[in-house]
Amino acid sequence: MPQIAQIAETYSSQIFWLLLTFGFVFFVIGLGMVPKVQGTADARDAKISGDLDAAKAAFARADEAEADYKVRDAQSRTAAQALLAKAKSDAAKASEARIAVADADVAAMIAAAEARIQAASNAAMAEIETVAADAARDMVARISGVNASDEAARNAVKAALAHG
Amino acid sequence: MAESGKIDPMHQFAIEPLFGTDHLSLGGFNIAFTNSALYMVLAALVLWIFVIGGMKRELVPGRWQMAVEYMTGFIKNLLIANIGDKGRKYIPYVFSLFMFILLANLLGLLPLGLFGLHPFTFTSHFTATGVLAIMSFSIVLIVGFAKHGLHFFSLFVPHGTPALMVVPLFFIELVSFMVRPFSLGLRLFVAMTAGHVLLKVLAGFVINSANASPLLGFTVGSASFILMIGISALEVLVAVIQAYVFALLTSVYLNDAENLH
Repeated sequence: MPQIAQIAETYSSQIFWLLLTFGFVFFVIGLGMVPKVQGTADARDAKISGDLDAAKAAFARADEAEADYKVRDAQSRTAAQALLAKAKSDAAKASEARIAVADADVAAMIAAAEARIQAASNAAMAEIETVAADAARDMVARISGVNASDEAARNAVKAALAHG
Repeated sequence: MAESGKIDPMHQFAIEPLFGTDHLSLGGFNIAFTNSALYMVLAALVLWIFVIGGMKRELVPGRWQMAVEYMTGFIKNLLIANIGDKGRKYIPYVFSLFMFILLANLLGLLPLGLFGLHPFTFTSHFTATGVLAIMSFSIVLIVGFAKHGLHFFSLFVPHGTPALMVVPLFFIELVSFMVRPFSLGLRLFVAMTAGHVLLKVLAGFVINSANASPLLGFTVGSASFILMIGISALEVLVAVIQAYVFALLTSVYLNDAENLH
């Protein structure tokens, strides 16, 4: 086994070269380069997690904005509905008032017209009475030769008119 | 190997000085640049090139950067799972350890023999794995004593130990603690050595049976060859798992040092 057979003449060379090469590996590669490589990887991990956090924060902000928008939307909706209801009731009141005025006008016109009709019919009735009384007096004078008084004729006509 | 078809499955572990550096020495110690040292340098170079590809530092990574970041992230998750957030400061060390061992294991498995080269797995030498294990263990000791002082010894007395059992349990725990660097280093060395020996023994079967007779070559040889394909796949898995086990146990031990129990 050369490992044991050669140990006396090779151990110093083995140890020397191992320390030299491993020293190079440790000091140049291990201490000089590996921290930079690992630093790059760590920086990347930090960047990825930072970006993820930023994305999460942006997501939360978007949610907040959406909730805010919903609240404001609901608010303006109720405001608009209130405005609409107010406008409706105002319009209704205004039209009621105008209808009332028009109703009163119409009623007044109807009353005037009725009064005019009444007057006309009264006048017509009075004329009919006079004409009927004259006619009755003529008929009485012609039939019986008696000159009936104006009053009596008028009463007889009224009685006859009242009986229909 | 040419002599009488004798194949030595242990020859692959032999350390040979390269480029005539046999007698290179430092302070009286031989530091010859061997095939083992060559594979250490290769593992370090491949790892360097691999990580350079991950240094583009783009926000949206390409495939290569993704692969490097996957490996560092894997080690980071391993440390955070075992130690908690305090484990982040060990990423450079455990990453270096894991990738260095992983590349050493995998480079040693490359079928370079096809091109006449001799692949070598330096993690199959306990001189190498031992240094790595002692390094991990030393960090555990240094961190443990620096953070908790002598209170670190309370690691050896689990919560709720009856007073009578404190002393015996302390010694048992102490032994199990002191064994850690050995188990850490030997596990990797044994797993790598065993796998490579097995592959070489089976390869020897293929060659020797084919040399003996065509019939044996078709029966024993092809059966061994099919087995080798499966075991090669298994060895790739073992290469990854052993590197992972080394890194995992290091982080488990570091957890003891950081958080006690």
